[in-house]
Amino acid sequence: MLDKMIFGRFVPLDSPIHRMDPRSKLLLVFFFVCVVFLANNLVTYAILGVFTFILIALSRIPARFLFNGLKPILLLIVFTLLLHIFFTKEGAVLFDLGFVKIYEGGLLEGIYISMRFTFLILVTSLLTLTTSPISITDGMEQLLGPLKKWKMPVHELALMMSISLRFIPTLMEETEKIMKAQTARGVDFSSGPVKERVKSIVPLLVPLFVSSFKRAEDLAIAMEARGYRGSEGRTKYRQLSWQTLDTLLMCSLVVLTALLFLFRS
Amino acid sequence: MRIELKDLEFRYQMNTPFERLALHDINLAINPGTYVAIIGHTGSGKSTLLQHLNGLVKPTKGSVVIGDRTIEAGRKEKHLKGIRKMVGIVFQFPEHQLFEETVEKDICFGPINFGVPEEEAKKKARIALKLVGLSEDILEKSPFDLSGGQMRRVAIAGVLAMEPEVIVLDEPTAGLDPRGRKEIMDMFYQLHKDQGITTILVTHSMEDAARYADEIVIMHQGSIFQKGTPFEIFSQPEQLIEKGLDVPETVRFQLKLQKELGVRFDHPCLSVEDLAGEVKRVMERGSR
Amino acid sequence: MEEKLVSLKDVTFKYDGQDRNAVDGVSFDVSKGEWLAIVGHNGSGKSTLAKLLNGLQFPGFGSILIGDMELSEETVWDVRKKVGMVFQNPDNQFVGTTVQDDVAFGLENLGVQQQMMVKRVQDALNKVKMNEFLDQEPHHLSGGQKQRVAIAGVLALQPDIIILDEATSMLDPRGREEVLDTVRELKEEKILTVISITHDLEEAAKADRIIVLNQGRLYREGTPDEIFHLEDELVGLGLDIPFSVKLSKSLREKGVDLAGSHLTEEELVKDLCALNSRI
Ligand SMILES: Nc1ncnc2c1ncn2[C@@H]1O[C@H](COP(=O)(O)OP(=O)(O)OP(=O)(O)O)[C@@H](O)[C@H]1O
Ligand SMILES: Nc1ncnc2c1ncn2[C@@H]1O[C@H](COP(=O)(O)OP(=O)(O)OP(=O)(O)O)[C@@H](O)[C@H]1O
Ligand SMILES: [Mg+2]
Ligand SMILES: [Mg+2]
Repeated sequence: MLDKMIFGRFVPLDSPIHRMDPRSKLLLVFFFVCVVFLANNLVTYAILGVFTFILIALSRIPARFLFNGLKPILLLIVFTLLLHIFFTKEGAVLFDLGFVKIYEGGLLEGIYISMRFTFLILVTSLLTLTTSPISITDGMEQLLGPLKKWKMPVHELALMMSISLRFIPTLMEETEKIMKAQTARGVDFSSGPVKERVKSIVPLLVPLFVSSFKRAEDLAIAMEARGYRGSEGRTKYRQLSWQTLDTLLMCSLVVLTALLFLFRS
Repeated sequence: MRIELKDLEFRYQMNTPFERLALHDINLAINPGTYVAIIGHTGSGKSTLLQHLNGLVKPTKGSVVIGDRTIEAGRKEKHLKGIRKMVGIVFQFPEHQLFEETVEKDICFGPINFGVPEEEAKKKARIALKLVGLSEDILEKSPFDLSGGQMRRVAIAGVLAMEPEVIVLDEPTAGLDPRGRKEIMDMFYQLHKDQGITTILVTHSMEDAARYADEIVIMHQGSIFQKGTPFEIFSQPEQLIEKGLDVPETVRFQLKLQKELGVRFDHPCLSVEDLAGEVKRVMERGSR
Repeated sequence: MEEKLVSLKDVTFKYDGQDRNAVDGVSFDVSKGEWLAIVGHNGSGKSTLAKLLNGLQFPGFGSILIGDMELSEETVWDVRKKVGMVFQNPDNQFVGTTVQDDVAFGLENLGVQQQMMVKRVQDALNKVKMNEFLDQEPHHLSGGQKQRVAIAGVLALQPDIIILDEATSMLDPRGREEVLDTVRELKEEKILTVISITHDLEEAAKADRIIVLNQGRLYREGTPDEIFHLEDELVGLGLDIPFSVKLSKSLREKGVDLAGSHLTEEELVKDLCALNSRI
């Protein structure tokens, strides 16, 4: 089940999109989220669609993988569609099913909204699918850098995020180990009455908490021993490099926005 | 209680891109009352094998027979609690499983889960605590206020209090100082001798394997490479060395001496005493 | 006379809320280029001592001299450039998401220039033979490999001293050898002075000098020869003696004519050979 989820997973391939600077990709997602709302008719939605599909094609992520990954969210999209179809009462009546009338405006609105939703999901998934979590963190840190002036702990947040990323697999392993150890002591995590199962969380969570705490303490000591003293005077090993491709991507965003303004009604 | 693994195979994360063969072609019978040591490189499948012994993982092929229960690949298994009560596992760094407010509650946790009434569980906790060499005045303390060595002992007591017929130990002494290590190993051996508890020990220490075990199983890349008595296994130390495994220091020394001195020993020595006697004998024989 | 690199005088430390000193009036020196082993039972104060040497704790009493710097709140960051530490748990000291990020972490903290960093990360990883794992994530590495990366992280900072706090105790025999061989090479090449805290008496036997701690106090200091001469006294402290010392003792008790004790198997074999040809 979990391995079908695409949200938040990184697929290491070699493609123009993979090679782009995480900053430009982050900016792309940010602006895309804004301009999506400019679309309000068939032409503008078509423009958005073409743009999205060009990005997908460039990323070399197998389309099947991408759309399979959309399945868990499909339900949400269908639900939005139905909500609009049944509750928006504008334009001519298309069907009259007796208990409910479907209006043209409702149908269109429903289709538009679900398309908007799909494009948003596709473009944001594309970011995480083509960018390693650590690059995303780096990109964010750089983009938010100016906020440091207002005492925003940008560096600390980025470090926290990269450490969490680093420890997720370790914690998963730990959880499995503790579950097994308690199962061997007679805890039943997978069956039995709900009340019992809720109770069985304690022998799992307490050790997990204790060990995470110990890890955090050890890690803090290890970091200090290696001279960590906050962001001051710190250099970065990972360098981000802004290339022509990234500039092109930004230009294409401008073009997209212009087109959307031109063709929206 | 007899345990038998038949044509066992195990894959982690079966049918995913991350699938990984951890065990294959495992055939192993463990008779009641024996002390078995399992040795092998890191990643050779020792811990995975242990987890089959009380149904924590199910084979992806083959079967596991535990007493009168059979766990077979591909079949849904229910009510494994009975097995888990009889086969206790002490995991690596068992102190990581402590969670209760007091030592007493933590030790009683296992027995109570297996249906022992509270009063009786408390009695068992006291007995187990004595076995691991701790005094009763820590019963009311929080397990998290103890030293590392004491925590380890409390965790072990928690498994002993379940009064298992078979006890499975996954490197139980990692990180302890030499005395702590010896005390715990001796304690398990005493338990095995006195109460006839079947004991299965995973260890990286060839000395412990040689000293305590009736039978040694050597794992290599997910299957059993060799099994036999310590005597049999260490009679052919070359095979172990070839696989990059250690041999007990006594045997290693014998090999060196044989090479340098050009003498031959009649048998592998598994204790320092024995080795000293043999060296003396061999040298005297050589001089005659 | 050898150059003194570390000098402790009367160092005493107590954790808040404890009624016993964790480290109690400890004094000793470490010379440049030596391998010093520190042994002692669980809770004898070894890790605390290590933390004091790196300014992760400050002594309540006494002084610590690293090179020509007195360790204090002001000098601590400079001291840390000279004293690197590798801890016990391989997982809990791996900061970066990949091998190269982790090695670079200390350099980033010091504000080293990026091009320089790339070079030093490469060099350090070459020295511990982990250069082929640049982009590997920690959960795909073995314990021994993680510890070697940790050593590389220390090396990249070009310190004078490396402290290993039971750095091999969670590893299997092969991983342990990997790590110790790496450290031994670095010591041989005169890159590092080594302070190694360990429960492994075989490892301690190969050190230049051993310090025995007992309940926070320095119990004995000497060459491995001198220390392992204590034999049963050590066992009484919760420690053990190396195999060759045990065997040599047992042989002598059985009336084999050996002189003195034997720290390594090689010595014992040599003496036995000599004895044999004499007969
Ligand atoms: N939860 C898991 N998911 C996937 N693979 C695993 C998991 N646990 C172990 N493995 C793999 O299975 C194989 C056997 O691992 P196992 O832990 O049984 O080895 P081991 O002999 O106990 O090693 P060690 O001496 O390090 O404890 C290894 O290749 C390991 O990477
Ligand atoms: N963070 C702490 N807070 C309070 N007491 C501590 C702390 N860390 C250690 N101690 C105590 O200080 C003493 C020395 O501990 P230390 O960790 O230095 O021992 P050690 O020799 O490293 O032991 P081990 O061999 O178990 O690693 C012990 O009695 C311990 O209980
Ligand atoms: Mg294991
Ligand atoms: Mg310690």
